Amino acid sequence: MCDETAASIRERIEELYRSESRRVFATLVRLLGDLDLAEEALHDAFASAMQKWPGEGVPENPRGWLISTGRFKGVDAIRRGVRFDASLAELAQRAEQKMAAGSARELEEDREGLEDDRLRLIFTCCHPALAAEAQVALTLREVCGLTTEEIARSFLIAPSTLAQRIVRAKAKIRRAAIPYEIPPRSELASRLDAVLQVVYLVFNEGYAASSGTTLTRADLSAEAIRLGRLLVDLLPEPEVESLLALMLLQESRRLARASPSGELILLEDQDRALWDRAQIEEGVERVQRALTSGRVGSYTLQAAIAAVHAEAPTAAATDWEQIVALYSLLLRVEPSPVVELNRAVAVAMRDGPEAGLAAIDAILDRGALADFHLAYAARAEMCRRLERNEDAAAAYRRAIGLARQEPERQFLDKRLRELGH
Amino acid sequence: MKYMLLIYSDENAWTESEREHCYEESTQLVGQLRSSGQCLAAAPLHPVSTATSVRVRDGKRLVTDGPFAETREQLGGYFLIDATDLDEAIRIAERIPGARVGTVEIRPVLEIPGLPEALDAVAAADRNGHSVSRRR
Repeated sequence: MCDETAASIRERIEELYRSESRRVFATLVRLLGDLDLAEEALHDAFASAMQKWPGEGVPENPRGWLISTGRFKGVDAIRRGVRFDASLAELAQRAEQKMAAGSARELEEDREGLEDDRLRLIFTCCHPALAAEAQVALTLREVCGLTTEEIARSFLIAPSTLAQRIVRAKAKIRRAAIPYEIPPRSELASRLDAVLQVVYLVFNEGYAASSGTTLTRADLSAEAIRLGRLLVDLLPEPEVESLLALMLLQESRRLARASPSGELILLEDQDRALWDRAQIEEGVERVQRALTSGRVGSYTLQAAIAAVHAEAPTAAATDWEQIVALYSLLLRVEPSPVVELNRAVAVAMRDGPEAGLAAIDAILDRGALADFHLAYAARAEMCRRLERNEDAAAAYRRAIGLARQEPERQFLDKRLRELGH
Repeated sequence: MKYMLLIYSDENAWTESEREHCYEESTQLVGQLRSSGQCLAAAPLHPVSTATSVRVRDGKRLVTDGPFAETREQLGGYFLIDATDLDEAIRIAERIPGARVGTVEIRPVLEIPGLPEALDAVAAADRNGHSVSRRR
């Protein structure tokens, strides 16, 4: 231990910070009962390590050292009243009671116990009593450790707006006493659903920005996949594994789904040689495992559909029969007009454009999806294939008017011009 | 932690027998929550047609007929509970019959040091009730 140079020890601390800091943080939140306090304590603990370890050597259990140092710093901060406000008075009392009660035992908790803290953190950040956008921001900030600036940049909003969103959410967690707990069995399914929704939302925000000019923002997708892996480790449920599979399978097409100039390329026109085979392999393997569990949920079906596409050598050679069947199942699990639209497009691939158009019109005639640009884009596509050019042009125009993303608008515009309109 | 559960619903959405049934069910619920020490106070309110609003401006008292704000759903009753955290409060809120017809709003009670013990519950109820309507 003493042989290590000060420089290599500092390097080790930096490495520890990257790999362990969010884990240490999650445990400090439980011990101190407050997100802000835990964040400060975490930084104090690492600062302290930087000071002491080069001289004294790296302790045998670095994570344990960081946790107990952080906890000590946190309780000390409360005692000194550094960040004192009324709500912290009670906190101080609770933290000190915990410290007096079972300090040794708590710190010696096994790995599983500490991993539970990360799950607690995820469930707290994704609590349904918080606004959806706050859940996303908090998860990226507290669980992934992204900075406020990084998150704001990914969502194309002002850092001050995002910071305020996070401050408000933390205040609600504190004042309304949102618990730092893994939900009981009876509530786990619905609460897990909320967590998966947040992860998928982060992924989609990265995969297809909801507005703006760049089509993909890789950082958020990668972060969502990392989160997905963490969740699979902590809570290996079929739907959790399927969400990871779904994200991997979609991510595998990243390079193929836009031209170098940023133009959108449809699935059927993509160069499948560009698809990432390693991601496809992992995604397919995970979805197969989920399918054999016998508990088939919405993410499992979506991932299964993505897997059928991923394994097809060409669009024409895709097993459309199977895709239609999977969409039918998905409609039963999760009835929604968007799923119905996807099914209609698959029907067109199986039975021809006429059948597809009838199915799409049935949805539109009901008044569903009236302002969803992809519904009109799909209708236009069917009409184009049926050589009903006037109808196709009208539908493309409608879709262009509704599309929010520049690359999508350009794509639709190009199709419209190809019709000679 | 103390939480105020404010029950909002459209007063006209209830038939007389539904209302009776709701009172019975609520009475049972209060009994259960009392025995577990979770209920500090609970009561239904007369309809907003009986409401009187008081304001003091420049030292002058203004009394008007009616609720603070005309809304589609009205405050029809409340539970003041003691729960360990928001999840426990949510579990109690979902057992209130009004949750099936209207909405139960959960508000954490702000504890002010120096408030006499027996009175602070009622005072908190009033305070929270008002800030709710002001937000609407």
